[in-house]
Amino acid sequence: MFELNSVPKAKENYKATQNACKLCSPLGASVAYKGFKGCVPLIHGSQGCATYIRRYLISHYKEPIDIASSNFTEDATIFGGDENFKLAVLNIINQYKPEIIGIASTCLSETIGDDVSLFLHHFLEKHPEIDTDFVMASTPSYQGTHIDGFHEAVSSVVKRYAQKGLSQEHVNLFPGFVSTEDLRLLKEIMADFSLEHIMMPDYSESLDNPVWDTYHRIPEGGTAKEDVVKSGSAKASIEFGTILNKGKLSGRVKSKQLSNTGAQFLKNEMDVPLVNIPMPIGITQTDAFFEELKTLSGNEIPEKYTKQRGRLVDAYVDAHKYTFGKRAVVYGEEDFVVAMAAFLDEIGIELALVATGGESGMLENEIKKYCPENKDKVVVREGYDFESIRDWSLENKPDILIGHSKGYYIARELNIPIVRVGFPVHDRVGGQRIKHLGYSGTQELFDKVVNALIDHKQSISPVGYKYM
Amino acid sequence: MPNKIDYTNGLPDPSKLKEEILAKYPRKVAKKRSKGMVINDPAQSQEIGANIRTIPGIITQRGCTYAGCKGVVLGPTSDIINLVHGPIGCSFYAWLTRRNQTRPAEGEPNFMTYAFSTDMQDENIVFGGEAKLKDAIREAYDMFKPTSIGIFSTCPVGLIGDDVHAVARDMKAELGINIFGFSCEGYRGVSQSAGHHIANNGIFKHVVGNTERERTGKFQVNLMGEYNIGGDAFEIERIFEECGLTLLSTYSGNSTVESFAYSHTADLNMVMCHRSINYIAEMMEEKYGIPWIKVNFIGADSTAKSLRKIADYFGDEELSAKVEEVIEREQLKVKAVAAAVKPKVEGKLAMMFVGGSRAHHYQDLFTELGVRVVSAGYEFAHRDDYEGREVIPNIKIDADTRNIEDLVVSKDEENFRDDLVAKKAELEAKGYEFKEYKGMMPDMQKNSLVIDDVNHWETEKLIEFYKPDLFCAGIKEKYVVQKYGVPLKQLHSYDYGGPYAAFGGAINFYKEMERMLATDIWKLVDAPWKNEPEIVGSVTVDA
Repeated sequence: MFELNSVPKAKENYKATQNACKLCSPLGASVAYKGFKGCVPLIHGSQGCATYIRRYLISHYKEPIDIASSNFTEDATIFGGDENFKLAVLNIINQYKPEIIGIASTCLSETIGDDVSLFLHHFLEKHPEIDTDFVMASTPSYQGTHIDGFHEAVSSVVKRYAQKGLSQEHVNLFPGFVSTEDLRLLKEIMADFSLEHIMMPDYSESLDNPVWDTYHRIPEGGTAKEDVVKSGSAKASIEFGTILNKGKLSGRVKSKQLSNTGAQFLKNEMDVPLVNIPMPIGITQTDAFFEELKTLSGNEIPEKYTKQRGRLVDAYVDAHKYTFGKRAVVYGEEDFVVAMAAFLDEIGIELALVATGGESGMLENEIKKYCPENKDKVVVREGYDFESIRDWSLENKPDILIGHSKGYYIARELNIPIVRVGFPVHDRVGGQRIKHLGYSGTQELFDKVVNALIDHKQSISPVGYKYM
Repeated sequence: MPNKIDYTNGLPDPSKLKEEILAKYPRKVAKKRSKGMVINDPAQSQEIGANIRTIPGIITQRGCTYAGCKGVVLGPTSDIINLVHGPIGCSFYAWLTRRNQTRPAEGEPNFMTYAFSTDMQDENIVFGGEAKLKDAIREAYDMFKPTSIGIFSTCPVGLIGDDVHAVARDMKAELGINIFGFSCEGYRGVSQSAGHHIANNGIFKHVVGNTERERTGKFQVNLMGEYNIGGDAFEIERIFEECGLTLLSTYSGNSTVESFAYSHTADLNMVMCHRSINYIAEMMEEKYGIPWIKVNFIGADSTAKSLRKIADYFGDEELSAKVEEVIEREQLKVKAVAAAVKPKVEGKLAMMFVGGSRAHHYQDLFTELGVRVVSAGYEFAHRDDYEGREVIPNIKIDADTRNIEDLVVSKDEENFRDDLVAKKAELEAKGYEFKEYKGMMPDMQKNSLVIDDVNHWETEKLIEFYKPDLFCAGIKEKYVVQKYGVPLKQLHSYDYGGPYAAFGGAINFYKEMERMLATDIWKLVDAPWKNEPEIVGSVTVDA
C-alpha cells in the first residue's frame, strides 16, 4: 500500500512548469472551429501561434489543417493589429470563400488590448459586400488550458447563431473535446434512437477526411450554421463534462466572471433544458447517457446497445483477474480524466494518481463523486505537470499509465505499460481514431488496458507463455 | 490523369502559371508576391524578394522568432536548461518537436527532453512576471544544478516590459552559473530567421570564448548549421573521425554549451546551413581570425567535395590521403546502391520548399539519382541564400532587420590567430574560396520556378501545373499535398527516418526514394466501382 499524498514536498508548491500537462487556449478554439461547416479559423496573433498549433494538430490528426494568422509585426504590437487583421480577413475570403471566419485571440493581442469586435465593425462598414460571418472567441493562453479555448469557441458560435423558438423535437449534443471516431459513434447512436440532433462541434469529417479525388480547400463536414440557429429551439441540450471551462478561473484577476458554455447559454437565454453528464465512458456513465436518450426520444434502447452492454459486462467479468487491484496513473484534461477514472473505477483498477494541468479546483470532488470504489484513497492533483507525475510515480510505483503520448517517457523509465488515449497521440498511428465513448468505445478501451497489462506480464516473464 | 508535360528538352516556361497564381491576389499583394517568384535563368543574375513579411491571412510555412531562437539554435544543445518565459503554449509546442538527436557523454546531463516554462497566468501579465521567472530559475537550479540556463521571451514578455536580461544578470550573480536571456518574442522578425540571428548573438556574447582547451588534435574544426536531424551529425562525425579531423563543436546538433565555450580554439569553421549560422562564423573570424568555408554533407558527391576542400585547407598529405581513402571506400558502397535505385526513379520530378538551406542541399541527392527538381524555394531564407553572398551589400535593410542587434565585434588580441589569417591569404591567392556561398539559384535549371515563402494556394497551382512525383516540405504541408495523390517527404523531421547526411545518409535517402517513388498505393485512390478506373487522382480544385 502506498502512502497517501506522498508528493515530494520540495515540488509541491513550485512555481515553474516542467513538461506541461496542458496546451494553450487558441489550440482548443481552432479544433472547435473546425467542427463548423465552412469555417476557417483565424488566430489573431503572431504567425508562430498558427504555425505551432497547426504543426501540433496535424501531428495528431494527420490531415490538412489550415489555420490563418494575422501575422503580427513589431509595429502591429505597438499600434494595434487592426491593419493586419483586416488584410488577413480579406485574404482568407479571397482564397477560401468561407462561410464563417472563426477568430481566436492570443496572449499577444489580448495583452495589447486589441478590440477585435471594433475592428470587425469598421471593416464591415467599409465592405458591405462581404457575406462571410465572423465569430470571435477570447482565448489568451494565460487563462486556462486548451479546453477552455475549445468551450469558448463553441460558446461563441452558439451565441452568434442560436435563435429562440418554440421547443421542437431535436436535441443539441455538446460532446466536448472527443475524438473523430467518438463523434461518428455519437451520430450513429443518435440515429439509432431516431433523435434528430445538432452536434456542437462536429469535426468527425473535417479532421478525419477520406482520401480525395478533388481537393477541398475547406474540408467537407462540420455542423452547418443553419443548424446552430435551430439549437435555440431544441428540446434539450446534452452536455458532456461537469467541469467544462471552469479551469479558466485560475489566476484570473480582471474579473471572476466566467463565460457560459454553449449549452449553459441556451439554457439561460433560450430556456433549452440542459442535461449535464460526464463523458459516457464505462458502463455506469454510458447507462446514464442512454437513459437520457431513452427519455428524450421516447424510444426503447435499441437491442444493438443492450447487446454491446452485455458483451462489455461479460468482458469485465472475464478479465477482472487481470485488472483487479492494478494501480493506475491517469492524466489529461479534467473532464476526460473524470470519465476515464470512472471507467477504471468500475473495472477494479486502483486510481493511484489522477492528474491534470487544469486548475478548476473541482477535480477532486468530481473524481470522488464518480469513482465510488476509489474515493477514499485516490490522490488527485490539479495544476500538475509531467515532472510532478514522474516524481510521484517513481516514488509510488504504479502498474500502468493511462493518458496521451506525452507521458510515454515516464512509462519507459518505470518500465510499465502505457495506454494511449485522448489528445495528443502522435507516436502511434490512428491516434485521431481512438474510440473512447459508449459501450463499444469502452469495450475497446477495456481490451487495450487489459492487453497492455497482459503484454507487460508476458514480456517480463522468463517463460514464453502462450496462455496468460 | 492528364499527360505529363514533356521535359526531355528542358523545363517548360512557367510564365503562365505565375500569372495564374498572381491573378488571385489583390493588386498590392500580387505585386509583392511577384517578386518572390523567379523563373530561373542561371545565366543571368536575377533578384528574388526574400525575407519579406508574410502577408496576413495566407497560410504560411513560416514560424516565429521564438521558434528560430529556442527551437532551432539552442534547442539541440543538451547541457543547458532552456527556460521559456511566457504562457504555456510556446513551451509545449517546442517540446522535443524537432528531431534533433543527442548522445551526451557518459554522466553528462541531457535537458533536451524537458520543456521548462514559467507558465504565465493572468496575474503575471497584469503585475509582471519577473518574480516568477526568478523563482523558476532558482527551482531549475535546485533540481538540476545545470551549468547554464537560457531564458527565452515569448510575445507577452516584451509587451508587459519584463526585463529578462536584468533577471539573467541578477540570477547569474546569485547562483554563480551562466545565465543569459534572449529577446526573441514571436512578433519580432519576419520569420524564425530573426530568431536564428538573435540566438547567434546571444551564444557569441555569453558563451563563446568562456573557456580554453588544450589542443586535442592536429586538425581542429567546428561544424556550423548542422542540427542532427535523424542522426545526420552522427554520420558526419563518423566520417570526420575516420579522416582524422577533430570536431570541437557543432552548432547545434549533438552539441553542448560546454563545447561552444571553447570552440574559438578551432582552426576552421565549416558552415552547412548558411542562413541560420553564418552570423557566428563571421563574428568568430572577426574576433579570433578563424576562417570559414561553406560545406555541404547532403549528397555523396557533395560530401566528397566538402571533405577534399577541408583537406586542401590543411594542406597535409597524410590527411589528404586519409580523406581520399575514406571517399573511395564509402563511394563504392554508395554507387552500388545508386546503380540499383537510379533506373527506377530517373526522370521523376520533384519539388521542394523547405528551410534555409535544405531546399538547396537536397537537390544534390536528387541529381545523383537523376530526379529533376522543377521548382524549389526556401521558407525563411534571405536573398544571399538564393543569389549568393555577393548580393549582401545590396540587400535593403528594412525595419525588421534593424530590430535585431548587430553585435560590434572587436579583435581578441590574446587569442587571435594570425597564423590562420596568413594561411587564408596564402590559399586565397591560389584561388581557394573562403566565406563563399553562391546560393541556390545558380545551381538550378533554366525555367525552374523559384518561390520564396510558398503558401497553400501556390502549392495547389504548382501541383496542378507540374504534376510532380514527389514534394518535399514539412508536416504542415504533408497531408495537403498527399490529398492530391502526390507523396510528400518531410525534410524537417525526415518522416522519422534518416540519417540522410554524408555517405551512409545518401544510401538511406536513395532507398527511401525507391520506396516512395515506386509505390502503387495511389492507384487505389479511386475505388474499382467508380466509372473511370484509370484515373489516379485528379488535381482540380472545387473553389
